[in-house]
Amino acid sequence: MDVLTEAFRWLNDPLNWTGPSGVLALGWAHVWISVAATALAAAVGLPAGIWLGRRGRGQTLGVAVSNTTRALPTLALLALLAASGTFGSTATILACAVFALPPMLSGAVDGLNAVDPQVRDAARGAGLSSAGRLWRVEMPLALPVIAAGVRTAAVQVVATVPLAALVGGHSLGTVVVTGFGTQRYGQVVAGALLVAALCLAIEGLLALAQRALTPRGLRARDRDKSSHSKPSDDSPSGRRPPARRPRVRVRRLHDSQTEVPAG
Amino acid sequence: MACGCSRVASEDVRDDLPPNPWFSTDYLVRSWPDVSQALSQHVSLTVQAVLVAAAISFPLAFLAHRWPRWAPPVLSTTAVLYTVPSLALFALLAPWTGIGRTTVLIGLVVYALMLLTRGILTGLRATDPEVADAARGMGYSPTALLLRVELPQALPAVFSALRLTTVSTVALVTVGVVVGYGGLGQLLFRGLRANYRAEVMTATLLALAVALVADLLLAVVGRLVTPWARRGVGAWTS
Repeated sequence: MDVLTEAFRWLNDPLNWTGPSGVLALGWAHVWISVAATALAAAVGLPAGIWLGRRGRGQTLGVAVSNTTRALPTLALLALLAASGTFGSTATILACAVFALPPMLSGAVDGLNAVDPQVRDAARGAGLSSAGRLWRVEMPLALPVIAAGVRTAAVQVVATVPLAALVGGHSLGTVVVTGFGTQRYGQVVAGALLVAALCLAIEGLLALAQRALTPRGLRARDRDKSSHSKPSDDSPSGRRPPARRPRVRVRRLHDSQTEVPAG
Repeated sequence: MACGCSRVASEDVRDDLPPNPWFSTDYLVRSWPDVSQALSQHVSLTVQAVLVAAAISFPLAFLAHRWPRWAPPVLSTTAVLYTVPSLALFALLAPWTGIGRTTVLIGLVVYALMLLTRGILTGLRATDPEVADAARGMGYSPTALLLRVELPQALPAVFSALRLTTVSTVALVTVGVVVGYGGLGQLLFRGLRANYRAEVMTATLLALAVALVADLLLAVVGRLVTPWARRGVGAWTS
């Protein structure tokens, strides 16, 4: 309890909020680094994922890439970058971008793979060019999954940036690391609360943004998907529509059969 | 990286053999006691965290599967916990659980919980409803249905969740360095502080090796436990 009071006292001190290493400056640096890392990862991962996803392959590659990067500790990559002479924000942005890449890649690949091939055929039949099909048919349909990938990546980046404080980067994690260094646990807890609050706030904001971006017609389907708890790995695209269509056809057949004797 | 190497090489030019600053067997031989201690700490933390997390998340997933009303709160609570960054979680725990093993272990278990619970639940839900119906029609009680039909069907998903959890736990242990108990992260941090590149590189490679070996072991066990999946009957690829 003592630590909690200390933490709130620390948070209440205006001197801790202003200045070059105050909470506001550190928070701003945190957000800026996160945005840069996410943008860098998106600039590389989304085009690559869209290209791979359109060609209907790349799932194994995405899985392989994400498995390897998951095994590599973030701290190790940061330490390697720092030891090879890249310190500060550049190292943090690079390291976080590397870890943000797999969710982006797999989001784009899964999203485009999940587009119903018959819809694609119909678009081709309607005379749309390759670029027209991509931008006017496939991308709108894949957008929710791509956005989910970007959201996962962004939240992960915001949560990873604090670690950079261990190797000298500037972020809200600095508050925690400095607190540990000086054994002021009130400051440690205050910093942890700030970091956690920032992450949860960003996660919430992005969830709202994703909801707002998703066309209303797709929302119900999206909710249906999320209640099945992330089936994107089992590629439901191939399975579900055929499972549904025969049922409709059978019902129609019954209807007509009952209609024929009646009429 | 290349420029870093050349710079150091020019610094060491007076030596007859300029040593590679990133790889050094000399380091490994000289500080093997340190390295092996960090390694065993890393491995034991990972094993313990995954076992504890499994012991908690199996009942949680069963609960959420049997009473679907409980699934959203269980999943969202674990997801919120998962969103809290590791550094913050360790920092929040440290004043109460002290500096050392307990804090790291609790943090690791919290993160493993979300991955495992979600994976197990996904596997349980993927059971063909007609198979479950058939079992129910044959007079299986809900518990028997769960243990003898749904759980075996979910095993491939369970094992892929276990592999994912183990690999990310191995990576996460290094963050324990903030409370002084980070396994190989300890070497990583010390090497960084002393600008000793061989130590940083050795720790990184060992962490990767631990993750890969654990992943392989679990993959082999998973194949042994689900012999039917190998014949391609279920056509289930993890």
